[in-house]
Amino acid sequence: MNIRIAAQIAQTHLLAKKRQTLVAMLGVTFGIAMFITMISFMQGVNQFLEDSALDASPHVRMYNEVNTQRPSLIEQLNPGGFNVVYHQKPKDELARLKNGLAIADRIAKEPGVLGVSPQVATQVFYNNGPIQLSGTISGVDIERENRLYTLTSRLKSGSINALRTNPDGLIMGSTLARKLNVRTGDKVTITTPGGGTRILRVVGTFGFGVGTVDNTKSYANLSTVQEILQKDPSYITDIHIKMFDPLQALPFGRQLRAEYGYYTEDWATANQAILAGEQIRNMLTYVVSITLLVVAGFGIYNIMNMTVINKIKDIAILKATGFDGKDIVAIFLLQAMFIGLSGGLLGLGIGFSLSYLLSITPFEAGDFLSIKTFPVIFSGTYYAMGLVFGVVTTVLAGYFPSRKAAKVDPVSILRG
Amino acid sequence: MSTVLKAQHVNKYFYDPETFQVLKDITFEVQKGEFLSIVGKSGCGKSTLLYLLSTMDTDYEGAIEMAGVTLKGRNQDFLAHFRNEHLGFVFQFHFLLPEFTTLQNVMLPGLKLGKYPEKEVEDRAMEKLRLIGMAEHARKPASKLSGGQQQRVAIARALINDPTIIMGDEPTGNLDKANTENVFEIFHELADKGQTIIAVTHDPDFAAGTDRIIEMSDGSIISEHKNP
Ligand SMILES: Nc1ncnc2c1ncn2[C@@H]1O[C@H](COP(=O)(O)OP(=O)(O)OP(=O)(O)O)[C@@H](O)[C@H]1O
Ligand SMILES: [Mg+2]
Repeated sequence: MNIRIAAQIAQTHLLAKKRQTLVAMLGVTFGIAMFITMISFMQGVNQFLEDSALDASPHVRMYNEVNTQRPSLIEQLNPGGFNVVYHQKPKDELARLKNGLAIADRIAKEPGVLGVSPQVATQVFYNNGPIQLSGTISGVDIERENRLYTLTSRLKSGSINALRTNPDGLIMGSTLARKLNVRTGDKVTITTPGGGTRILRVVGTFGFGVGTVDNTKSYANLSTVQEILQKDPSYITDIHIKMFDPLQALPFGRQLRAEYGYYTEDWATANQAILAGEQIRNMLTYVVSITLLVVAGFGIYNIMNMTVINKIKDIAILKATGFDGKDIVAIFLLQAMFIGLSGGLLGLGIGFSLSYLLSITPFEAGDFLSIKTFPVIFSGTYYAMGLVFGVVTTVLAGYFPSRKAAKVDPVSILRG
Repeated sequence: MSTVLKAQHVNKYFYDPETFQVLKDITFEVQKGEFLSIVGKSGCGKSTLLYLLSTMDTDYEGAIEMAGVTLKGRNQDFLAHFRNEHLGFVFQFHFLLPEFTTLQNVMLPGLKLGKYPEKEVEDRAMEKLRLIGMAEHARKPASKLSGGQQQRVAIARALINDPTIIMGDEPTGNLDKANTENVFEIFHELADKGQTIIAVTHDPDFAAGTDRIIEMSDGSIISEHKNP
């Protein structure tokens, strides 16, 4: 087999029917451009949602699950007997982590841990005149919390230093602050589940870009919240942990649970909805792209089939003058490959342009998402994938007509 | 003198629309450097025989041997290479590749053989075109040539690899007297240099000028005689 002659013949065939070649090419171009645009955008959305969820949530959260599902006392003393206890109430148990601060310090020393923030979280009502908004307050060591969530960069007003110097300070979620119609410097009254009220001063507002947080959460000093709840200074309900590698959080969480006996929740469990959405978007991207490529593939298959039929005399002559089956396959496969490759490259270019345009298109997401344009990822992998898809489709689509061409019986054609 | 072609008890059938024996017990030999003509009425099986000899039709009974190689039962790739190297063929309906130039048409089998570099194949192709008086049309697309011109280009193409045997199915069928004579001369010269020519013809003058005539009727060889 001589590739150079095959290529020369393939080139002549392609140039002889430029229009058909172009149509076949554009089919591939469209498929690949769509694929690139969709995957860049969808993965951009995935990445963005994942990032904002991961940024705003701990990699591992350790807390004490106050369990209501305990066996009744009579069940323990008389197991297997005919015991009936209706509607057993939970024990009056505190949601505290015993030795929470010491545990936090120990976890902080483990390898792979970026930061640990022990805190007291509690439900509260924010009072705005006659209206009460429910939300949460986290009592934190603001330095440590800042290390985990880079709060400084998320502050919309005020400063975290102001919280440290003001025992009654409160850094409030921006959406919540707007609902309460308070600004930095204003006072707000909160009511605890225990019924106590307290007046705190807003010293800053923050926005994570995640609705559920910005809508409900405020930060206060650890000691302040302990005091509001009338608990001692060692009272800790949650330990938030960030790792250097988020994926390490899953085994690490299990390890901590085994070690300390407290319930742990990792980011993947906490954000299952986002991860499921991600899978659906991935699926969608692949289904649409593959459908487009298959359609383009059928287009090429058709055009190559027609070419083989049109060129059947040429095939017979080539075979009669000594070209073998492999040469003939090469001639037609090269045509298909050229169509696939040039259409594919053009598709990559158009796909890039479209994703670029998308990435600079302004996108008003409101308070919930902190983005100004559509999220798009530019990654060489997608472009390589697109090209591979395109070439594989065209080679498959070109192979069968080429094989048919190689099987042409020259005598039946030349006999006239 | 050595034998370059040997056909023994060749039978060929067509099965469509009904079983029909086209060639009946064909046996003959051709010597190296011989200029042989095959004559016979239309439909007696001349073209069919030539297709068998061209190795393209492999569906027959009997044995065919060319250039010392038995051709029965060989695979298609082997036969393609054999044709490329040893056979030059001018079809009854002179087929060229319409999108290629005259020169490219002649060059293609030479490029496929790969015995000479491209430049040399081109020179040789030009030389063959000059021989049959088509040199000035070398750069024309084959689709723009007249019937007779196409036939002459097909002859040049058959010569490009200096094949052992040149076969022609009425190779001068579309040519005027002058060109027919020219081709006839070329064939004679090639035969004198040791190439073998087998030509099917309806032209009695053409046949009379060849070394030997085989006459066919209804699929059989009915007579065979040497010309003086
Ligand atoms: N594919 C085929 N199927 C069935 N019969 C065929 C086929 N090809 C040829 N024939 C028959 O075989 C016989 C011989 O055909 P062939 O083409 O060899 O004749 P020929 O001697 O070359 O005639 P001509 O001088 O007109 O070219 C004819 O009767 C023809 O009808
Ligand atoms: Mg014939």
